[in-house]
Amino acid sequence: MFRATMKSLLARKLRLLLSGLAVVLGVMFVSGAFVLTDTLGRSFDAVFSDAYSEVDVNVAAKPKVALSEVEGEQVAAPVPASVVDRVKAVPGVTDVRGVVAADGARLIGSNGKVVTSFGPPQLGENWLGESELLKLREGRAPQADDEIVVNVALAEAAKVKVGDRVGVLTLAPKKEFTLVGVFGYSGGRDSVGGVNEVAFTTPVAQQLMLGKPDVFSNVTAQAAGGTTPEALRDEVARALGADYEVKTGKQLADDASASLKEGLSFFNKILLGFAAVALLVGTFLILNTFSIIVAQRTRELALMRAIGASGRQVIGSVVLEAVAVGLIASVLGLAAGIGVGALLAYLFGKLAGGLTLAGLGVPPAAVIGAFAVGLVITVVAALLPALRASRIPPIAAMQDVATPDRPLTKVTVGGSVVTAIGAGLLFLGLGGHAGDNTLATILGGVLFAFIGVALLTPLISRPVVALLGTIFAWSVPGKLGRLNSGRNPRRTAITAAALMVGIALVTGVTVILDSAKGSISALAEDTIKAELVISGAQAGPRPASFDPAVLEKAAAIPGVQLVDGEYGDMATMNGERTWVAASSNVAALERIFGAKANAGDISRLNPDQMLLSSDTAKSRNLSVGSTVTVQLSRGEARTYTVSGIYESSQLTNPVVLPPQAATDFAIPQPIQGFVQLAPGTSVASVQPQVERLLADSPEVSVADRAAFIKQQTSQLDTPLRMIQILLALAIVIAVLGIINTLALSVLERTRELGLLRAIGLRRAQTMRMITVEAVVISIFGALLGVVVGTGLGAAVVRALKDEGITDLVLPWSQMVTFLVLAAIIGVVAAVLPAIRAARINVLGAIAHD
Amino acid sequence: MTATVGRQAQAAARASDVWKVYGSGEAQVIALRGVSAEFERGRFTAIMGPSGSGKSTLMHCLAGLDSVTRGTVMIGDTTVTGLGDAGLTKLRRDKVGFIFQQFNLLPTLTAQENILLPLSIAGRKPDPAWYDTVIDTVGLRERLGHRPAQLSGGQQQRVACARALVSRPEVIFADEPTGNLDSRSGAEVLNFLRNSVREHGQTIVMVTHDPTAAAYADRVVFLADGQIVSELIEPTADTVLDTMKKLDAPAEVGS
Ligand SMILES: Nc1ncnc2c1ncn2[C@@H]1O[C@H](COP(=O)(O)OP(=O)(O)OP(=O)(O)O)[C@@H](O)[C@H]1O
Ligand SMILES: [Mg+2]
Repeated sequence: MFRATMKSLLARKLRLLLSGLAVVLGVMFVSGAFVLTDTLGRSFDAVFSDAYSEVDVNVAAKPKVALSEVEGEQVAAPVPASVVDRVKAVPGVTDVRGVVAADGARLIGSNGKVVTSFGPPQLGENWLGESELLKLREGRAPQADDEIVVNVALAEAAKVKVGDRVGVLTLAPKKEFTLVGVFGYSGGRDSVGGVNEVAFTTPVAQQLMLGKPDVFSNVTAQAAGGTTPEALRDEVARALGADYEVKTGKQLADDASASLKEGLSFFNKILLGFAAVALLVGTFLILNTFSIIVAQRTRELALMRAIGASGRQVIGSVVLEAVAVGLIASVLGLAAGIGVGALLAYLFGKLAGGLTLAGLGVPPAAVIGAFAVGLVITVVAALLPALRASRIPPIAAMQDVATPDRPLTKVTVGGSVVTAIGAGLLFLGLGGHAGDNTLATILGGVLFAFIGVALLTPLISRPVVALLGTIFAWSVPGKLGRLNSGRNPRRTAITAAALMVGIALVTGVTVILDSAKGSISALAEDTIKAELVISGAQAGPRPASFDPAVLEKAAAIPGVQLVDGEYGDMATMNGERTWVAASSNVAALERIFGAKANAGDISRLNPDQMLLSSDTAKSRNLSVGSTVTVQLSRGEARTYTVSGIYESSQLTNPVVLPPQAATDFAIPQPIQGFVQLAPGTSVASVQPQVERLLADSPEVSVADRAAFIKQQTSQLDTPLRMIQILLALAIVIAVLGIINTLALSVLERTRELGLLRAIGLRRAQTMRMITVEAVVISIFGALLGVVVGTGLGAAVVRALKDEGITDLVLPWSQMVTFLVLAAIIGVVAAVLPAIRAARINVLGAIAHD
Repeated sequence: MTATVGRQAQAAARASDVWKVYGSGEAQVIALRGVSAEFERGRFTAIMGPSGSGKSTLMHCLAGLDSVTRGTVMIGDTTVTGLGDAGLTKLRRDKVGFIFQQFNLLPTLTAQENILLPLSIAGRKPDPAWYDTVIDTVGLRERLGHRPAQLSGGQQQRVACARALVSRPEVIFADEPTGNLDSRSGAEVLNFLRNSVREHGQTIVMVTHDPTAAAYADRVVFLADGQIVSELIEPTADTVLDTMKKLDAPAEVGS
C-alpha cells in the first residue's frame, strides 16, 4: 500500500508541486519571521554589548513617566551633577563620568531640511573625549559653546563637512553651531546601530537636551582593578539610596537590546499574520487539489477497495500523500524562509544606517514552526478529500460512469451554520461584548465567515457562473468554457473561494480606511475654523515641532484673528497613563475646534487649572472642582483643578493643560499651529508671511485647511498601501490555485478534448475555451471577494460608529479595478493549461484510458 | 463431520432468494427476482444471459460489492448480507478475488507489484511456492518488471488473473474477462482459468457473453429477466448456443 501510494504520488508530482507551492510560501513567511528576528536580535545584542563595553556601572534616575516602545520615546529623569561626586566617593571606582544623551537633536542638513531617522534615536550628547571605541576621524573636539562634533554617518547624511556652520534643533528652537569634527567607532563603523549623534560641550548639552544646567542623563563608572562590576554596582546602589537605578553595563546592554526586540516582535507578528493569510488560502488550494486527485483516482481507489483495502487504508494513502507534500513543502519553505529572513535582515540593517549583522541564525523555532505549519496545514486540508476517498464504493471499479454529482444540501446547510457562527462572532467582537478577547473573537469571526462563505459558494456558483458565462456564450469555445466552469460547482467554488479571501481582505481594509478618512475629513471640514495650519509630517517616533515664538509673531500679522499652538505629551494622571495636550490659546478650543462646554468654563485656564473631555471625565469619574495630580515627562508632579468639561469629539484631546505646563513636556514645542483669519482676509496674502516665520523651523510648513486635512488623512494611506501589498500575496497564491485547477481539469478531460479536436475544434478555439473557463472562475471569485469584503468592512465601520467613523465610504473604483484585475488574472492563469490543452495529441487522447 | 455439513461446505458461494431493486417509483428496475443458486467449490461456473438480464448485478451481489434488496448471500461459511464495511473488507481480503473486463491494473506499478498488491494491502507475505506456481502458470516471468502500458491486453489480463489467484481466495469473480481480448488471448486466459480450477481447486464464477468462453466452464447458469431460467453441466459451445437461442425466442415474444 505504501509503495503504491508513493508511486502514484511520483506520477503526479507536477500537480502536487503547484498545490505545495502555497504551503511553501506560507512556511517561508513563518520561518522567515523567526530567522529575521533571531538574526536582528543577536545583531542588537552585539551592538549594545559593544556600546556598553566601557561601562561597568551606570546610574540613572527613574523615568517620570514610564512608556513602552510603542507609546513613544521615554524621557529619562535627569541626575543632578552632585551624584557624580557621590559616586566618585565610593571605594573601588575609577573614571566616573556625567553623561548627557537624550533623543531629539535634529541636525539641519545642507539642503535646509532636518536629517530624519526611521527608528534609531537622534542623540544629543556632551563630548566625553575619545576612547577605545570612539575616535575622531577628522577635526577636533568641541571647546566653545557654539562648536559641535557629529558621527560620520550623520555628517554624510546631512552632507556637511568640518568647518561648516550648521543648525541644530533641540528642546530649544534652531541654534547655529560650527562643526569642528566628525567621529566614528572602532572597526570602521560610522554609527552604532544607525544612531545619529550630535556632541556639544557639557553645559550646552545640559541646557539644550535636558533643559537645565548641572544635570546629567546618567553617570557611568568603571570598576578599579580587583572589583567586579556587580560588586561595584551594589556598592554604588548602597551609597546613593533608592532614588536611582544602578545597573552594570551588561544589564544596560540587555535592557537596551530587549526594548528594541520588543519593537521587532511587532515586525514578527506582521510576518506571521502574512503567513496566516497565505496558509488560509493555501488550505483551500490543497483541499481542491486533493479533491480533484481523489476524483481522478476514483477507479484506482475503488480497485484497491475491491482487492481488500480497508477504508482506513484509503484514508491513510491520501494522508500519506499529504504528509509527503507537506514535508517537501516545509523543507523548501524553510530554505526560502532562511533566504527571505536573511534578505530582510540585510535590508533592515541598511535602513537602520549600517547595522552590522551578526551571522545568519536559524533558531529551532523556525525549523519547528516550518514543519509544524507545513505538515499540519497540508494534512488538515487533505482530510476531507481523504474521507471522501474512503467512501468510494468498490463497485466503482467496475463501472465506467463517473460518480453522479452529489447534492449540495449538506454543504449548504454546513456553510450556512458556519457563516452564522462567523457572523455571530463578528457581532460579539465588534459590538464589544467579548471583553479581553475582542481581537481573537473578530479574527475568529472573519475566519469562520470565510469558511462559511466558501462552503456556500457551490450553491451560489451555479446561477452566478451561468450569468457570467452568458457574456462569453456568443462563440462555441466560449459556450463550452462556460459549461465547463459550471459543471463541477464544488471545484469552481473552492478555486474561486481562494481568490475571494485575498480580495475580500483587501476590499474590507480599504472600506474601513476609506471610511475613516472620509469621516475624519468631513468632521474636520465642518468644525476646524482655521484657514491656515502649521504642521509637519512625522518621520520616526518623534512628531515634528516648531519654535513657539512663531505663534506670537503670527498673531501680530495683520488680518490674523486667532493663533493656537498645540503641544502634546504622554503623562500620568492620578497614576494612570494618558495623552495630555496644552494649548497656547485655550480660547481656540471653542473658537477653532467648535468644542461645546458641558460644565464649567472652557474659554480660559489659570496655570493651576485643567480642562477635560466629557469621555475622560466620565471614565476617570471626575467633575468640575476635582483635583488631579499630573506627572509630565519632566519636572515634578503637579496638582490641577478641573475648571471645565467639554463635549468629546474626534478632534478634541482627552485633557487640556495650561500653556505653562508645556515646558515640562517631552517635546516642549508646539507640534501643530492653527491660524484663524479675520473675515475678509485673503489666505494667499497671509500664508507667505507665516511661511517666512517658519524659516528656522524646517520640520514644519504652513498649509491651507484643505491641504492640511488631506495631509492628515493621507497618513492612513501608508498602512493601507502596506496591507494591500501584503494581501497581494494571497491573490498570487489564488492564481496558482486557478492554474492548478485548470491544469487538473485539462488532464481529466484529455479524452474529451481530444474528441473535440477530432471533430474540428481548432487549437486557438481550444485555448479560448480554457481561457473563458478561467476568467469566469476568477471573476466569480473577485465578485465574491468584493461582496464579502464590503460586508465585513461595513460591519466594522458600523461598529466603529462611536469612535467617530460615521460615513461608510465604498471604494467603487477599487472594486472595479479588482474585477478587471480578476479578468486579467484569469487570462494569465489560463496560459499554461490552455497551451497544454491545445497540444493534446488527438489520436492519443481518444485512446487514452 | 456429517454428510450434510460436508455438502454445505462444498458451496463456495450461495445466493438464496436474492432480489435486487434499483430506484423507486417510475424509475424502478427489478434487476434480480428471487435468484437462488449455489456455486460449488473447485468448479468453474459461467453465468450467461441476454444483455440487461442481471448477470453483473448477480455477481456484484454475490461478491458483496452491492447490497441485496432481499434474500441472503453467503461466501463459504460467511453470511455476506448485513456485513459492515470492516467485515466486507475482511471478506475481500480473505475470500474473494476479482478479474475485470478492463483489467484495472495500476499504471504506476510494475506487473509484479500489481500481482502482489492485494497481499501488501492486507500486510501479508506471499507464499513463495504458490507465487512461483502462479507466475509460471500465467507465463509472465520475463515480464514481471514491466508496467501495464508495456504489456499487451492479453498479458495485462493474465497479470490481473495472477493478482486474483495469488491470495488463494475462496472464490474468484470475473465479469467478462475476455470481453476486451481477441480470440487467441481470450483462449489463453480461459485456459489458464480452467487450469487453476482443475489443478489447484480454485473456484471461479465468470460472467460472459461468448458461448465459446462459456464452454470452458464446468457448468453454465442462464439468467433472463432477473431469474435463473436454465442450466447446463459440462457445456460445449454448441449446447450453450442452442440454449441461448431458446432463451431469446420467448423473450422476444414476451416483449
Ligand atoms: N445502478 C443501477 N441503477 C439502476 N438500474 C441498474 C443499475 N445497475 C443495473 N441496473 C439495471 O439492472 C438491470 C440488470 O443490469 P446488469 O448490469 O446486471 O445487466 P447485465 O446482465 O450485466 O447486462 P450486460 O450483459 O449488458 O452487461 C438492467 O436493466 C440495468 O438497467
Ligand atoms: Mg454486465
